[in-house]
Amino acid sequence: MRNARPDWPLHPTLVLWTAVGWAGFAILPWYGLNDGILSLSWLFDGYPLDSDVAPALFLNLQGEKLWLAPLGVLLLLPFALWGRPKSDPLFGPALIAIGAAGLFWFAFQGFAIGLKGFQYEWLVSTFGELGDRQFGMGYGALLVAGAFLFIFTLGIAARGAIGGDEFVVGSIGFVIAVVAVFIFMPIFQMLASALITEDGTYSVNTFLGKLFSREIWGIDCVTGGSRCGVAWNSLVLAILVGVLTTLLGLVFALMLTRTGFRYGRLLRALTVLPIITPPFVIGLAIILLFGLSGAVTQALDSVFGIPATRWVYGLPGLLIAQLLAFTPIAFLVLIGVVEGVSPSMEEASQTLRADRWQTFWNVSLPLMRPGLANAFLLGFIESMADFGNPLVLGGNFDVLSTEIFFAIVGAQYDQAQAAVLAIVLLFFTLGAFWAQRFWLGRKSYTTVSGKGDSGVHPHLPKRLKYTVYAIAGFWTLFTLVIYATIFYGSFVTLWGVNHDLTVSHYVKAFAVGWNEFGIHWRGAAWSSFFTTLQIALVSALPTAAIGLLTAYLLVRQKFAGKDAFEFGTMLSFAIPGTVIGVSYVIAFNVPPIELTGTGIILVVSFIFRNMPVGVRAGVASMSQIDKSLDESSLTLGASSWQSFRTVILPLLRPAILAALVYSFVRAMTAISAIIFLVSARYDMSTSYIVARVENNEYGIAIAYSAVLIAVMLAVIGIMQLVVGTRRIGRRGLNADADLSQSRTNVSQSGVTPVGAG
Amino acid sequence: MARIRSNAASVTFDRVTKKYGAFTAVKEMSLQIEAGKLVTLLGPSGCGKTTTLRMIAGLEMASGGRILIGDTDVTRLPATDRDVSMVFQSYALFPHMTVNENVQYGLKFSGFDKKEVVERARAGLELVGLANLGGRLPSELSGGQQQRVAVARALVLEPQVLLFDEPLSNLDAKLRRHVREEIREIQTSLGLTVVYVTHDQEEALAVSDRIIVMSNGEVAQDGAPRDLYDAPANAFVADFIGEANMFDCKVVSVDKDVATVELGPVTLKLPSRGRSEGAAKLAIRPSRIGVGRAGAANSLPGTLSKVTYVGSHLELLIDTELGQVFAVSDDVDADLAPGGAVGLTFPSRGPVLITG
Repeated sequence: MRNARPDWPLHPTLVLWTAVGWAGFAILPWYGLNDGILSLSWLFDGYPLDSDVAPALFLNLQGEKLWLAPLGVLLLLPFALWGRPKSDPLFGPALIAIGAAGLFWFAFQGFAIGLKGFQYEWLVSTFGELGDRQFGMGYGALLVAGAFLFIFTLGIAARGAIGGDEFVVGSIGFVIAVVAVFIFMPIFQMLASALITEDGTYSVNTFLGKLFSREIWGIDCVTGGSRCGVAWNSLVLAILVGVLTTLLGLVFALMLTRTGFRYGRLLRALTVLPIITPPFVIGLAIILLFGLSGAVTQALDSVFGIPATRWVYGLPGLLIAQLLAFTPIAFLVLIGVVEGVSPSMEEASQTLRADRWQTFWNVSLPLMRPGLANAFLLGFIESMADFGNPLVLGGNFDVLSTEIFFAIVGAQYDQAQAAVLAIVLLFFTLGAFWAQRFWLGRKSYTTVSGKGDSGVHPHLPKRLKYTVYAIAGFWTLFTLVIYATIFYGSFVTLWGVNHDLTVSHYVKAFAVGWNEFGIHWRGAAWSSFFTTLQIALVSALPTAAIGLLTAYLLVRQKFAGKDAFEFGTMLSFAIPGTVIGVSYVIAFNVPPIELTGTGIILVVSFIFRNMPVGVRAGVASMSQIDKSLDESSLTLGASSWQSFRTVILPLLRPAILAALVYSFVRAMTAISAIIFLVSARYDMSTSYIVARVENNEYGIAIAYSAVLIAVMLAVIGIMQLVVGTRRIGRRGLNADADLSQSRTNVSQSGVTPVGAG
Repeated sequence: MARIRSNAASVTFDRVTKKYGAFTAVKEMSLQIEAGKLVTLLGPSGCGKTTTLRMIAGLEMASGGRILIGDTDVTRLPATDRDVSMVFQSYALFPHMTVNENVQYGLKFSGFDKKEVVERARAGLELVGLANLGGRLPSELSGGQQQRVAVARALVLEPQVLLFDEPLSNLDAKLRRHVREEIREIQTSLGLTVVYVTHDQEEALAVSDRIIVMSNGEVAQDGAPRDLYDAPANAFVADFIGEANMFDCKVVSVDKDVATVELGPVTLKLPSRGRSEGAAKLAIRPSRIGVGRAGAANSLPGTLSKVTYVGSHLELLIDTELGQVFAVSDDVDADLAPGGAVGLTFPSRGPVLITG
């Protein structure tokens, strides 16, 4: 009505996606290529006729893979709508039918026909043996699937959903599709594989037998036996870590807000530590200090004659390592909660003749209760999901996350057992996640409103204040010792044996030389270092993009099933990395999607592991942008896509940068999922380091860890600088507010469970 | 030189309903807004006036009924495709764009070429007197200036309907009066169709050709400002616009359009407004009550319980057999003191028969 757009005989969006579909069907190779699409070598390997690189159309024309032909026929159907506008009553239903039929057939042929022909018995009995097979799908297939998806969503939009907005409906469809394919499908395939017995048939009884086996649930250690089931081990550790990190986090939060502590900035800097530290590094440092040949152990031995034992390997060591690693996360959660208690509540209490202690006990603490529960659950999930520390420190104390790993990589290679353990682990973490969202979600006592509250938080009672100082001081000192140990340890020849200082570990890992081809990266670590940088960089952009798009849909759009949508996108929070790793190995090892051994599977796993971070960062900063801004853009004639691009994205720039950097950093320090997914060609820093630890090459492992920490620190520091200064020049009056906002974005993303890794 | 013109069109609501889940924000509302008029939606918060406005803009979709702009049915059309502009309560100026970029924003999506975009934006800024501030960012403008940029941004698109959502609520009292006169002036000189939402009754009375008072998602009364004040249709309108004393009374007889009403000891002859004999309600503005000496003919006896001096007039609370009456007296020197006996008189134009 307002815009005199040229009249297209066929809706332009439909033209676009039909064209994309045809590009996928008739131009790009249908199946996956060994060398990747970018090498372009496929162009010279008999394209377009050779069946390895042929597009679907050419395969069909040669009489091969005829089951792909229906997709081509479906892609012709949009032309039947020639001359019909979007408002035509036939337009929407027709596109929905085409899209749904296309997606269904696409998935069906993919799952039904695999490496050995028909995958399902009933197909064999109906049609006989196929006598043909197909490999994993490639870029041609990807484009065709995308085309059908967006034709489908265009149809839904044409029916009037969400005000007929193609961009929004398409985005929702896209997010649902990728989450379904890369989170739900692998998890379900893993669940299915848990049912498979050794002779390849499905059996619920065997599954139940495994699920409730003594290995997992045994309580021998209570009744006098030697060890308990892994589930109990994990549970006990997780509860201890949850309780203790919550208490420690509370101590730090109270110290920052209610003791007049002057170096708050320094304290907040501590929260950066878990972001930049690969998860197993703390465990490594604990070994250097308290292990059999650790510094403290040996000192105690020589000074007091206390004999060295292996006490640290197991529950005590794990507890210490996880407390050090996860307390900052609890701190980040609780600082918001403690600051969120309105000072006027406490002031009111004091004017009602309660003293400081009574006020704290009867008003402040109860108001913080939901926050405390929240911090506990986060600590619980973190501990459950932690993989790096148990791997290096666990000793005989088996936990679920590492047992899963050993079931897959050990001599046994028992996929079903790994799946069963993963189910138990998933049960715990999803339970905690569910409790956090649906039980705590409704109970928030945050009493500070948007309006200014001029009150001041009262200080803690004196005795409590000094206790808080003592605990926080000890923790901080210990953390400093840990990092100093790592730094120092990277220069020690052989810890516990030969304490001469040397740079040989760095030379061995990061030596650079010259040869006839120019710079020669001689060090052993360079290959994995560059791979890590590359993978982390490549995955950062899609992670941030999908995260922000999802955040936009969650904050700005109303649609049916939004709660389920939100739950689905945030779910990967609660899925431990080891579970993702196992399920990816199970799901993406065989057609229709064959990704194991490629770099793509690493990128994909990072995108979906880190997506909730992007979503949270996006939600946090998008909620700060007044909704009337996009509404006014809409009433001024911009479409929702144009509003998103010209209004929301520019205003989100700091959040985008933060999400980019954060997903980059997380990708560099992750271990749990990728340890299943790395290959000789794509080895990552963290898995390389863990392998060195397992070979007892501590020196090089520590030196590499120190380098990683330094790199992360530099990246985060540069980002803070860029985000911090960018806005001042541009926004004049609002600069201050924006600055603090962008800061919160960074730390906000820090609130999210860092590890699960 | 480009000039801003008007493409004013009428707005028609045909039994429009808006539901949020089980809650009905607007119930079967029908109304007709003529082209070139300024119509105000007035009501307390939560009465559905902003929802109504947003349905005209296309930011909310009606759950039932039809919405027409001009002769076109726009019920299912999203905001992007409607020829309607809106000035937001918060102004919603894009903080990362200069004043010029803000005003040009909508023009860029309307298919004008570059030169015309610049010219039209300039004309718009000239109209609101800000032509020299085009290079500034919104954060560098005062509240009133931001307001005018928001108006210019909406005007340059020459919309069929221009919407204002409480545009003055972020301005201080003095500026408010000034800006509302400016808005009214631009509206009359360009002949725009304007729908204006406010909860401030004085503002509504001052700017409107017509006021639609809303209550609980329904039209409580629809009429010219003066009608609403002098002849409120019901207790809600009488109470919401200005202050009113509400009395139970009795209609003794109705002769043609004149009703004879008994109000305690007082007998009044009033326009019947469709009322028949029996119990009724009467609304009387405080300024329409005469406060005279006790025992005057056809007067309601009372005792002064409170006298408050507020500068321009006296505010009086009087206890009577019909309950407490609120009246004002312009004679600030009158000899009125608490405890004194007075007689209240009611001029024929003052009291109005209303429905419950």
